[in-house]
Amino acid sequence: MTTTQRPERSVPKPTFTDAEAGAQEFPDSSASARRYNYYKPAKRKQTHYEDVTVDVQPDPRHYLSQGWIYGFADGSRGYPLTWTKLKAWGVDEPEPERGPGSGGRHVADWPAHGWHEFRDPNEEWEMTFYRYNANVVRQVNQNIENARMSKAFDQWTPNWVQFVERNVGAWMHVEHILGLYVFAACNRSAPTNMHNTAIAVNSMHKIRFAQDLALYNLTLSEEVEGFDGTAHLDAWNNDAAWQGVRKVTEALTAVDDDWGEMMFAANVVFEPLIGELFRSQLVMQAAAGNGDFVTPTVMGAAEYDFAQRDLRWTQACFGPLTQDREFADHNKQLMQGWLSHWVPQALEAARALQPIWSLPDAKPPRFEDSLDRAKNRFAGIVSDLGLEAPKELNL
Amino acid sequence: MSRQSLAKAHQKIQELSWEPQYHEPYMKYGTDYTFRKAAKKDPLKQVLRSYFPMQEEKDHRVYGASDGAIRGNMFRQVQERWLEWQKLFLSIIPLPEVSAARSMPMLFHVVPNPELHNGQAIQMIDEVRHSTIQQNLKRLYMNNYIDPAGFNNSLRNFHSDYCGTIGRQFAEGFITGDAITAASIYLTIVAETAFTNTLFVAMPAEAAANGDYLLPTVFHSVQSDESRHISNGYATLLMALSDEDNRQLLERDLRYAWWNNHRVVDAAIGTFIEYGTKDRRKDRESYAEMWRRWIYDDYYRAYLIPLEKYGLVIPHDLIEESWKQIWEKGYVHEVAQFFATGWLANYWRIDGMTDEDFEWFEYKYPGWYDKYGKWWENYNRLATPNGHNPIVFEDVDYVYPARCWTCMVPCLVREDMVMADVDGVTRTYCHEVCRWTDVEAFRPTYQGRETPNMGRLVGHREWETLYHGWNWADVVSDMGFVRDDGKTMTAQPHLNLDPKKMWTLDHMRRCPPLGSPNVLLNEMDDAGKAAFHADYIRQGPAGRPAPENA
Repeated sequence: MTTTQRPERSVPKPTFTDAEAGAQEFPDSSASARRYNYYKPAKRKQTHYEDVTVDVQPDPRHYLSQGWIYGFADGSRGYPLTWTKLKAWGVDEPEPERGPGSGGRHVADWPAHGWHEFRDPNEEWEMTFYRYNANVVRQVNQNIENARMSKAFDQWTPNWVQFVERNVGAWMHVEHILGLYVFAACNRSAPTNMHNTAIAVNSMHKIRFAQDLALYNLTLSEEVEGFDGTAHLDAWNNDAAWQGVRKVTEALTAVDDDWGEMMFAANVVFEPLIGELFRSQLVMQAAAGNGDFVTPTVMGAAEYDFAQRDLRWTQACFGPLTQDREFADHNKQLMQGWLSHWVPQALEAARALQPIWSLPDAKPPRFEDSLDRAKNRFAGIVSDLGLEAPKELNL
Repeated sequence: MSRQSLAKAHQKIQELSWEPQYHEPYMKYGTDYTFRKAAKKDPLKQVLRSYFPMQEEKDHRVYGASDGAIRGNMFRQVQERWLEWQKLFLSIIPLPEVSAARSMPMLFHVVPNPELHNGQAIQMIDEVRHSTIQQNLKRLYMNNYIDPAGFNNSLRNFHSDYCGTIGRQFAEGFITGDAITAASIYLTIVAETAFTNTLFVAMPAEAAANGDYLLPTVFHSVQSDESRHISNGYATLLMALSDEDNRQLLERDLRYAWWNNHRVVDAAIGTFIEYGTKDRRKDRESYAEMWRRWIYDDYYRAYLIPLEKYGLVIPHDLIEESWKQIWEKGYVHEVAQFFATGWLANYWRIDGMTDEDFEWFEYKYPGWYDKYGKWWENYNRLATPNGHNPIVFEDVDYVYPARCWTCMVPCLVREDMVMADVDGVTRTYCHEVCRWTDVEAFRPTYQGRETPNMGRLVGHREWETLYHGWNWADVVSDMGFVRDDGKTMTAQPHLNLDPKKMWTLDHMRRCPPLGSPNVLLNEMDDAGKAAFHADYIRQGPAGRPAPENA
């Protein structure tokens, strides 16, 4: 046996450069220079979330000295502050005027307007939202798989099977439309990267949950004899009980050029009065009595999405605007108007849902009691925002 | 993924597709394209049940490698020449990424195919990932690399620097104007399908050769998402092609998007790869060779040309012209020389070229030394302060160039410069295609056709104009490119961190004031402008003045 000499491979040679922190002393070599110094943190210390989020979307009132370089046909450019009627202090101040010989005219007094004070209390960035959502889908999958293996679906009554295939199934459409055409649709609209990232993360929760329900429906089609995997389409398209919800859901996508109103109407009005009413006050309450311990775990994930995360950023976004040092009255008046506009629609849709409360064999709490709880929850959220529950709530 | 097959699961989620019954969604964004015959399947076939765990796993690998790099003292082997250029790159790239996320709803509004919206939503999430993971990488460099200056103030600097705004086209171009022009043709069909190959594949390979294996870790992870986004663009393109009325717009947008990407991406990435590396093995590919492989062969020949049979008019002439710019007209070398000429207006340190570099360049680009060698020798001679001014003020046979009003890279291939009077101002353009982009393409009518949704090129597009007449010490201070002793400049034309060898504001104070070529041009009468143009196109290569007797 002979061995052949292989030609020497051409590879880069490692070189000792000693280019690590602390190897030399020179201006800016100290530890204090090792932090992003172009923004002020909300609290004393900069957070990891702020480091990866703040100021990525620039602002001509800050460092964008050459201004936005592309415009829409109507002349608007960048992320206009007028894409919502809400106002944060400072927005009426003119942008620095720049031109030949002006210099950069960076705004030293920062933040230049109140929108930049917003921080997502969930501190979402890519590491956090992948971990969170991956955990949710793993847990949901395991719950469903465990139920499938233990034949848990066999305990469902025929009425409950029908309830799940039509009504739980119909809810996937709500989440999908809100996720794509309300939340994702607005991730281009808000004035800061912190807002738009929080909105994008909210949209992921919705789209994920819509798909969770669709795939759960698929499993049930395979596991439960007689389960009609397409019944949700009939319920969504034709069932009178669902048309009110569909109408409001679609109305949320049709808000006339105001991302603030879309977010507010969806998370402050729709979610507590319709979303939680259906998910928490009906499905979560009724399932166990009807032999179903699985559906609540799927629904529960979405309940956590909203109650613990989506509502939190919403409160942090809208709450300060009602106490804004310049525009508190303007914002309160505007938001009260939104409440007066959306609450009656939401209540009408909620009441249209009433017949489905009587469908399961083991009855959930009475519809009126459920609605009262939803209204109380809503009133608490509104009060936390510094607003008043609208008179329409008592209609 | 659970027991359901991916295809089955994907088919199931199509039941979510929404046809409005009571209210049509508000159409915030517009397009001049029409999709009357549109019907395409979602090419991504991705469901979030498998997507999130997959991305989490990718994240684990990235963060594990980051941890390993720090524990393994990677920064003892990182080439400073390389990492300094990352101060520019990593200040630019998180904005394009997040802009790509922001652009997706523009497509929801104008592409009437609910099935495609699923893929676009996943792209939106991916892009948020890319932006924040890249900000995080920069943070890691800032914390562990010898010189944090430039990383630590990057998102301020990038908007003030004399070349940062060039990169901003690669972000604002995705989110503004006609939704299809911006979010589909410019972003997915050209930027992602063609140029991310050099951005996210070729460049990380060069990083690894320079001791930096974190950039490949992060960017290859990013690129594994990009390959999915390419499918989104392809599906939308086929939909657009099915309507003959769109073909004129497609031809326009492909010409604009191709040329602008070439001008912007080749300028930046070409410079990073050719002038930011210490790897001078003769058998390592040059940027021109990479471009030929990744863009000419993989994109142009394998992706674009097959689309001709569907009626797409391919800008063959511009692709050949781009190649000519890179191979014959020295585009990348001219850009690198310009970046180094203006080192004092930057926020990173630019290393000079050595004899080993010269030899490599001559081997890869025969004739390089005759054009650029002398200038780089002067760059080294003038690198440390010794009674002279920075190279831009010294007599080194270099004429400071005029800006291209469209792509914002200066008019470096001097013979190609053209001028036009627009809105009462004389503008200079680096090439006829950039003039066409501004004067003809980004207008409310195109070849007699109404294009009411087309965007506009706006803003203060020439950095020099903002500082016209300023003293250089004031310019640098105003931009904030000063270290924590209050006088030493962040930028340096060398890598020596000995404070005695570093330039300070005191050195800048004695320099001549900054003059904007465009302001000066507009002060001339018509005859003066014509003479300026006649002289300009006789200049070069390497920025040399026009020969006196020619």
